[in-house]
Amino acid sequence: MWGILRRSAVDGGGFSSSSLGKTRFALVSARSYAAGSKEMTVRDALNSAIDEEMSADPKVFVMGEEVGQYQGAYKITKGLLEKYGPERVYDTPITEAGFTGIGVGAAYAGLKPVVEFMTFNFSMQAIDHIINSAAKSNYMSAGQINVPIVFRGPNGAAAGVGAQHSQCYAAWYASVPGLKVLAPYSAEDARGLLKAAIRDPDPVVFLENELLYGESFPISEEALDSSFCLPIGKAKIEREGKDVTITTFSKMVGFALKAAEKLAEEGISAEVINLRSIRPLDRATINASVRKTSRLVTVEEGFPQHGVCAEICASVVEESFSYLDAPVERIAGADVPMPYAANLERLALPQVEDIVRAAKRACYRSK
Amino acid sequence: MAIWFARSRNIVSSLRHNLNLSGILVQRDHSPRHAFTNSQLSSRSVFLDSFTSLRHESTAVEKQLDLVQQSDEEDPQELNFPGGKVGYTSELKFIPESSSRRVPCYRVLDENGRIIPDSDFIPVSEKLAVRMYEHMATLQVMDHIFYEAQRQGRISFYITTVGEEAVNIASAAALAPDDVVLPQYREPGVLLWRGFTLQEFANQCFGNKADHGKGRQMPVHYGSNRHSYFTVSSPIATQLPQAAGVGYSLKMEKKNACAVTFIGDGGTSEGDFHAGLNFAAVMEAPVVFICRNNGWAISTHISEQFRSDGIVVKGQAYGIRSIRVDGNDALAIYSAVRSAREMAVKEQRPVLIEAMTYRVGHHSTSDDSTKYRAADEIQYWKMSRNPVNRFRKWVEDNGWWSEEDESKLRSDARKQLLQAIQAAEKSEKPPLTELFSDVYDVKTKNLEEQELGLKELVEKQPQDYPPGFHI
Repeated sequence: MWGILRRSAVDGGGFSSSSLGKTRFALVSARSYAAGSKEMTVRDALNSAIDEEMSADPKVFVMGEEVGQYQGAYKITKGLLEKYGPERVYDTPITEAGFTGIGVGAAYAGLKPVVEFMTFNFSMQAIDHIINSAAKSNYMSAGQINVPIVFRGPNGAAAGVGAQHSQCYAAWYASVPGLKVLAPYSAEDARGLLKAAIRDPDPVVFLENELLYGESFPISEEALDSSFCLPIGKAKIEREGKDVTITTFSKMVGFALKAAEKLAEEGISAEVINLRSIRPLDRATINASVRKTSRLVTVEEGFPQHGVCAEICASVVEESFSYLDAPVERIAGADVPMPYAANLERLALPQVEDIVRAAKRACYRSK
Repeated sequence: MAIWFARSRNIVSSLRHNLNLSGILVQRDHSPRHAFTNSQLSSRSVFLDSFTSLRHESTAVEKQLDLVQQSDEEDPQELNFPGGKVGYTSELKFIPESSSRRVPCYRVLDENGRIIPDSDFIPVSEKLAVRMYEHMATLQVMDHIFYEAQRQGRISFYITTVGEEAVNIASAAALAPDDVVLPQYREPGVLLWRGFTLQEFANQCFGNKADHGKGRQMPVHYGSNRHSYFTVSSPIATQLPQAAGVGYSLKMEKKNACAVTFIGDGGTSEGDFHAGLNFAAVMEAPVVFICRNNGWAISTHISEQFRSDGIVVKGQAYGIRSIRVDGNDALAIYSAVRSAREMAVKEQRPVLIEAMTYRVGHHSTSDDSTKYRAADEIQYWKMSRNPVNRFRKWVEDNGWWSEEDESKLRSDARKQLLQAIQAAEKSEKPPLTELFSDVYDVKTKNLEEQELGLKELVEKQPQDYPPGFHI
């Protein structure tokens, strides 16, 4: 199950039992490893996080299209209307600009809204409120107006939803000072980061992924506790390695872990970093990892130009240039609006093989 | 045939009774003649068709109809649709695009400052009236001096409120201090009324160390937590749905206060106007929307802005109580805003006020309005329809104000302002630490690093940084 690490001509290394012992990857191994460990879907993780925060603080309320009676377009807010009533789980008319503005106004006045976008593609209709009002108010008012608001919803590509429903907004929002941008992967990420986001006094953009909602992950007792919170601005090393650093976020973390498995079979030990926080970006962890491995492959689903990967590459080149043994590698979505046809869609998104190829390129290029 | 028709009616009414249907049956009961122009056979088949379709629909609509109270005396001349019952008509008639008569404008004082006989208004005491007048005059002086300062290059930008002093001061006077104000940008008078000092205004315009905004914003983007006045935000109309949100928050916390927000005629074209008003009505939020219809949105005249009878008629479209007021009549504004505020708080509902006025000044110091409107139009409004003069006449006629009071007030205000400007100009700019603070509640690591880097750089290369630029 762990794979046998063969000696590789390139890195000259062999077995590294310490890294073996510390390696954790989400699904298969942990299930048989920890007896009686619980599992939770990302959907349930998000639901429980919102539920607990609403229970703890009466100022927290949820608003969005279909969040109440319909139990949530993706059932993330299931059961909340029954529990907290229509004043705290508010079904809005169809106007993103409208309800985002209202959420910002409510946050100005001291409430803590959790605003749901059915998909972040629709947030573009409200982006002025998010950026010009929510993100910049604390600064422009010199600390007099803070905006403790969370904007959450599915981001990036789903399956067969076409160009206007598939864009990734991580790079757009992460470029704005005043916002915090988070992207969970596992159920633990979802719980810990959403709770942290709701408690945070600054505006937070919380980028979920529709295809991850139904996926189950093992979850620790600690993560199930209602006071559990993950720090904003810290990345997580999902799998330790020593030959190449692969950084990514959201759904691509799963792909990167699969790629790491494949690379391990070929003797390349990949370190997979789950960014968790796009802004603030955990440059320290990324650079420390690259200084260890000397190679960087950065992966994202979004468009390549001016993407999150571009920022990571720049950061690594600026801070760890002399440690690099190979040019930095960027894997991103194709530079086209997302096509609908399944075969084209697959070609427009990074796949496990792309990550494997890039990592191998990075590893052999030093010759 | 008549018998057949009567029988079918009985059958239908018993069907209604049994199947618990009412009103979905579309029958031309009112003109039986038409039903019989066809042959009896086709009439019967029409009846049968509607019978089967009734059966088919019964299960689908029953749930909805359960919400409607049943009565045997029910008027068959009404139709039941989602949203309630509506009467119907067979006349093909459109609602006209405009009413034959424009919505009249509420006013109390005539152009000569005399109360129009039999006016309905809330009386204003001498103390309040004098205070209102003083603030209107001070606002005029402030606008004049800051405008000149911009022209002299001492501040970069300014927006005057000339011609709209009554809307500013009288509305502020009618509100409670806890009412949360979300301004557009032509309402500094509200802040002035609430106690923002001339020095504080000057500090913001100069962006100096004493500015409550820490030099973060362009001039005239005032804001003060202490005075429940939200910081002016440049994008137009964003404050409208935000005001609905503030109103919702006040409602949830059961506070004895409302949200009050201002918008110009041009701003009502924004999508946020629709969202803000619609939402406030649906949420039953205590919000007073005050639209300053001053005729111009930079160079766009209202005839190019909308085709409706101004903004007041739009209120009813959202289910919002509205009124049109003479915005240059301080007493009318006072009464209207005071009443609106009471309604908003007591009845927990939004209210819309359209204040008719005129923008005497340019849009801002970046605009020269003589390029798109006649100079004599501007003169006319400035001289003959001046709200400050009008109110002054009333206050003077009451014996509460004199020529001496006038010259003293104006010269005092002028002196204070010139001193404030001098002090603000000489004052230091905000320190370097304020560059990186307030981006977040707590500075993130990368900001701390950047701040440190900049500090080191300034220390190392002081010659590259202008005098007065300090850490």
